[in-house]
Amino acid sequence: MSNVSLSNEEIARYSRHLIMPEVGMEGQRRLKQGSVLLIGAGGLGSPLALYLAAAGVGHIGLVDFDVVDSSNLQRQIVHGTSTVGLSKTESARRRLLDLNPHIEVSVYETQITSVNAFDLMRPYDVIVDGTDNFPTRYLTNDASVLLGKPNVYGSIFRFEGQATVFAPQAGGPCYRCLYPEPPPPGLVPSCAEGGVLGVLPGVIGAIQATETIKLLTGIGEPLIGRLMLYDALSMRFRELKLRRNPNCPVCGENPTVTTLIDYEQFCGITREAPSIGGQYVITPLELANWLQADNRPFLLDVRNPYEVAIASIPGTDRLIPIDQLPERIHELDSAREMVVYCRSGVRSARAVELLKQAGFRKIKNLEGGILRWSDEVDPTVAKY
Amino acid sequence: MAVTITIPTALREYAGGNAQVHLEADTVGALLRGLVELHPALGRHLFAEDGRLRSFVNIYVGDEDIRFLQGEETPLSADETVSIIPAIAGGRR
Repeated sequence: MSNVSLSNEEIARYSRHLIMPEVGMEGQRRLKQGSVLLIGAGGLGSPLALYLAAAGVGHIGLVDFDVVDSSNLQRQIVHGTSTVGLSKTESARRRLLDLNPHIEVSVYETQITSVNAFDLMRPYDVIVDGTDNFPTRYLTNDASVLLGKPNVYGSIFRFEGQATVFAPQAGGPCYRCLYPEPPPPGLVPSCAEGGVLGVLPGVIGAIQATETIKLLTGIGEPLIGRLMLYDALSMRFRELKLRRNPNCPVCGENPTVTTLIDYEQFCGITREAPSIGGQYVITPLELANWLQADNRPFLLDVRNPYEVAIASIPGTDRLIPIDQLPERIHELDSAREMVVYCRSGVRSARAVELLKQAGFRKIKNLEGGILRWSDEVDPTVAKY
Repeated sequence: MAVTITIPTALREYAGGNAQVHLEADTVGALLRGLVELHPALGRHLFAEDGRLRSFVNIYVGDEDIRFLQGEETPLSADETVSIIPAIAGGRR
């Protein structure tokens, strides 16, 4: 039984919970006594933090190292125009305490790592994964399993989301049972590259918040051993069975992962940029000058057509989306000097690597892509 | 017999933009090979260089993971729905 008490002010605030027998005074006390660590205060973290704060979860921890940017506000509803430029943790803390001054909010303006993960998670009852990359997802999973804490998982891409609760201590599977190994870098696009419908993290984050509240109060049937899939375009929910893998390296019968590892390495991420040599790169200013010269290079855009509709570098000669490049290499002239660009320089680096393998030598990657071009050469070119 | 395979958002651009593809196949393996024949760009997203299904791509027949059925040998009956469920990581930025 919970030993915290609710003030009359809190009773008034939570009355719509209290009059439901499934929650009642006992459930609300459990929420107040409960603690939740949110890893990521962005798309998923925003609705999660707001609903958990509103519901009266007594202690909410937020881990994030980013700063609020205006491009976040299309979906990250815990932040606002007035907090652009502020750290996401501080921006969220202010909003949450405005929403509910009866709760405690702890902020950690840091990246969760193998070194600090146990210390960050230990004080909390429930861990919520609202991050945006594979290394942090495997780290969050392994640390939660090793500490025996439930991990409320949500993930989104464009119009599609996944949610489940990983809880091997309750007999369910963990993230590694579902996906034993991460994809190699570059094969799966991130939201920053692929985009996301603004309301999508609202739906998935609200599912995660619901599951968190159920875990803390002990009511209902938790989303353990089931993967909820949501497709916003067809407006369909589907449920798949998730089974525990007896050979899972972290929660299986003979675990081989018994401490936290180097997750960047596990996910195949090397700290150097893609390994294209110095002669294969060019800065925006160098390109701007070169484009004015008589021997101007051929300018190749490897983005998607819908990105061209947003912004382009004037003087682009050809658009070949990166995924069509292997079959369309014959359209390009290896005898001619060529510069390749994309939004941020990642896809174009891959394109240069591909062209090198095909025998091209007179090619350069525009470092930093359109984003850096806009910063250093032409601010009228929109950044997106 | 005709089987429906659903393509996730992340892979649709390699499958001609299709959300679903209908193919004739008796097993999951035959279905996937037929799919890649139809949309070759999907190949490297589903299979590793050694020809094995990539471990961050899960295949479900109905609501069951083929790893807990008979893998690529899992037989398909008419009107079955097969789903490709890849790992996605987005959520914070």
